[in-house]
Amino acid sequence: MNGLSLKRLVLRLLMLTVVMFAFGFALVPIYDVMCKAFGINGKTGGQYEGSQVSDPTRSVRVQFMSTNASDMVWDFYSTADQLEVNPGAVNQMIFIAHNPTDRPMSAQAIPSITPAEAAAYFHKTECFCFTQQVLQPGERIEMPVRFIVDRDLPASVKHLTLAYTLFDITARHPPVAHVAAEDVQGAR
Amino acid sequence: MSAVIDDHAQGHEHAHGPAKGLMRWVLTTNHKDIGTMYLWFSFIMFLLGGSFAMVIRAELFQPGLQIVEPAFFNQMTTMHGLIMVFGAVMPAFVGLANWMIPLMIGAPDMALPRMNNFSFWLLPAAFLLLVSTLFSPGGGPNFGWTFYAPLSTTYAPASVTFFIFAIHLMGISSIMGAINVIATILNLRAPGMTLMKMPLFVWTWLITAFLLIAVMPVLAGVVTMMLMDIHFGTSFFSAAGGGDPVLFQHVFWFFGHPEVYIMILPAFGAVSSIIPAFSRKPLFGYTSMVYATGAIAFLSFIVWAHHMFVVGIPVVGELFFMYATMLIAVPTGVKVFNWVSTMWEGSLTFETPMLFAIAFVILFTIGGFSGLMLAIAPADFQYHDTYFVVAHFHYVLVPGAIFGIFASAYYWLPKWTGHMYDETLGKLHFWLSFIGMNMAFFPMHFVGLAGMPRRIPDYNLQFADFNMVSSIGAFMFGATQIFFLFIVIKCIRGGAPAPAKPWDGAEGLEWSIPSPAPYHTFQTPPEVK
Repeated sequence: MNGLSLKRLVLRLLMLTVVMFAFGFALVPIYDVMCKAFGINGKTGGQYEGSQVSDPTRSVRVQFMSTNASDMVWDFYSTADQLEVNPGAVNQMIFIAHNPTDRPMSAQAIPSITPAEAAAYFHKTECFCFTQQVLQPGERIEMPVRFIVDRDLPASVKHLTLAYTLFDITARHPPVAHVAAEDVQGAR
Repeated sequence: MSAVIDDHAQGHEHAHGPAKGLMRWVLTTNHKDIGTMYLWFSFIMFLLGGSFAMVIRAELFQPGLQIVEPAFFNQMTTMHGLIMVFGAVMPAFVGLANWMIPLMIGAPDMALPRMNNFSFWLLPAAFLLLVSTLFSPGGGPNFGWTFYAPLSTTYAPASVTFFIFAIHLMGISSIMGAINVIATILNLRAPGMTLMKMPLFVWTWLITAFLLIAVMPVLAGVVTMMLMDIHFGTSFFSAAGGGDPVLFQHVFWFFGHPEVYIMILPAFGAVSSIIPAFSRKPLFGYTSMVYATGAIAFLSFIVWAHHMFVVGIPVVGELFFMYATMLIAVPTGVKVFNWVSTMWEGSLTFETPMLFAIAFVILFTIGGFSGLMLAIAPADFQYHDTYFVVAHFHYVLVPGAIFGIFASAYYWLPKWTGHMYDETLGKLHFWLSFIGMNMAFFPMHFVGLAGMPRRIPDYNLQFADFNMVSSIGAFMFGATQIFFLFIVIKCIRGGAPAPAKPWDGAEGLEWSIPSPAPYHTFQTPPEVK
C-alpha cells in the first residue's frame, strides 16, 4: 500500500544504521575540529610559525603547573612558578624531568590552558609536548617551552595558567623498541 | 488413503495453532508469542534490577558501612541502572509493541517475523553475559551505568570487555526490533488506516524506532572505541595518547539523551489510549500530540550537553544547551495539557489502568519540573551528581516509564489472557506502588539539594532520617512488585471471562477481535473507515 517495498525499506533502515555507526566515529574528528576552532577545552594548537611585535604597555601573568598522571613516577616541575609577559613577545620557561627509576621510560606531556577562552591566543613556538620524551635510568633533562601570548588576547584576561600533565606511555611506546627502530632507519 | 490426504489438506486450511512444548517458544515467529516473551523477560529483569536496588537501599538505610563493601555497592548501582534501562524498560516496550502494534493497525504479524525471534533471543544471551560479570574476579562493571571513561577504560575491572559485548548484543537486538517496528507500521497497515488515523501508541513507537536506529549505533560506536582503547592501544579517550575523556561524555550523551525519550515516548502513547478510554471521550488534540512527539524527538538530539554542564563548556555552549533543554518543556506541556483536557468533563472511572495513567501524568510532570531545574546551567553546578538528579530521573522513569507499562499491562491483560484481572488487587497494587514510590524518591530531592552525592555507600549523619524513609519506601515498592506477579498469574489462570471490548470507552482495532486474542489475527485485513 506504500511507495517502498519491504525489502527496500529495510535496506534503507540498515543503511541508516551503518551511517549512524560511522557518525559515532566521525564525532571524534568533529570534536577535535570544534575544540580547535572555538578554542574550547583549553586545547592549544600545534607549533606556531608566525611572529608578533611586543606590546610593552600590557602585561599578563602566566602561571605554570606540572602534574603527574597517576602511576607516573618522574619528577616533573617548572623552574619558576610564573612569568609576567608582554603580549607579542617571545618568552621561555624551562621544565625539568627526571627519571628516578632503573629502567628507560617514555612520557608524553599534554598541555591545557585556563581560562579556556584564552587557549586560542596562546601560541607555542617550541614545546616539549610536540614530541615524546625518552629518559634513560636516572637521566634528567631540561625541556624548554617558548611561547607568545597573542596581542589580541581579550582584555578581560589578565592572568592565565599553562598546565602540563605528564603521562607514562612506556607500555604503548617502549623506549628500547623506539631506539631500535631509529637504528634500523639509520642503517638504511 | 484419500481420507488422509483430505485431512492433510484441511490441516493447511485451518489456522496453525501454536506448536507444542518448549520449541514453540524457541522457534516462534508469532508476534504474540514474542511479545509475551519480551514482557516476561523484562519482568524478570525488573525483579533482578530491583533486587540490586534493594541492596543499595539496605546499605543506605543507615549512615556508615553495614552490609556491602563499597566496591560491591558500586557494582550494584551500575548493574541496577544498566538492567533497568536496557533489560526492563526497553524490552517491556518492545514487548508491548510486538503484541499491540499489529493488532492496532490490522496487520497479521510483524513485517519481519524471523528477525523478531532473533532480536528477542539475543537479549537473554546479552544479559547472561552482563550478569555473569558479577561472579568474575575483580567483579562486574562498577563505573555507573553511564560508564564514563577513563573509569570504564583505564580503571575498569577486567570484566569490562564482557560488558562491552553485552552492550553490543543489546544494541543489535534493539536496532533489529526498531527496524521491524518501522517496517510493520509503514508497510502492513490495514487499508484505510492512514498515518493520521493510527493510535498514538503506534505513532510514538514509530518515532521511538527512528530514535533507536539513530542512536543505538552511536552507543555501539562508543563501546567499540572503549574496546579499542582497552585492547588495541588506541587513545580515543586517553589524554596520554592525544585523546580526550570529555569526548566520551559527548558521544555517550549524544546517545544517552535520545535514549531517555526512547524510554518515555511509548509510555506517552499508551497513556494517550488509556486516558480517553476511561474518560469516555476521544483524545483531545490528536494532531498536536503527534507533532509534539516529533518535536520532542528532534529536540532530544540537540540537548545532550546539559548532562555535562560542569565539564567546562564555554558559556555560549551552556546557554545554548540550557535554552534548547527548556524548549522541550513546550511540546511536553502540550501533551500534559492534552491529557488533562481529555479528562476535563469526561465520565471518568478509576479502574487500575486509569489510576496508573493519572499518576503517570501527575508524577511525570513533577519529574519534568525537576528536569527544568536541572536544565538551568548555573543551578546545575549545585545539583550535579547529587541525589537531586537521582530523584529527578527516578520520577520520570518509575512513575513515567514503569507506571506507563503497568497501565498498559492492566489495560490489555484482558485481551492477552481472556480473563479480567482482579480489580481490587489491581487497585491495591497501584496504591502500594504509588505510596512506596513517592516515599522512596521524594525525600531524595531534599537530601540532594542539601548536598548528598549519588553513588556513595555512606553519607553524612544529617541525611539519615530522609534516607531511612527512602529505604522503607523502596522496600515497600519492591515487595509490591512481587504482588503484581501474583495478580498477573492469577489473571492468566482464571477470572471473569473478558469480553472482546472490556472497557466501554476504549477505541481501536484491538478491541474488535475476541479475548483472548486468537493466535492468528487479521489474516484478512480489516476495513478502516
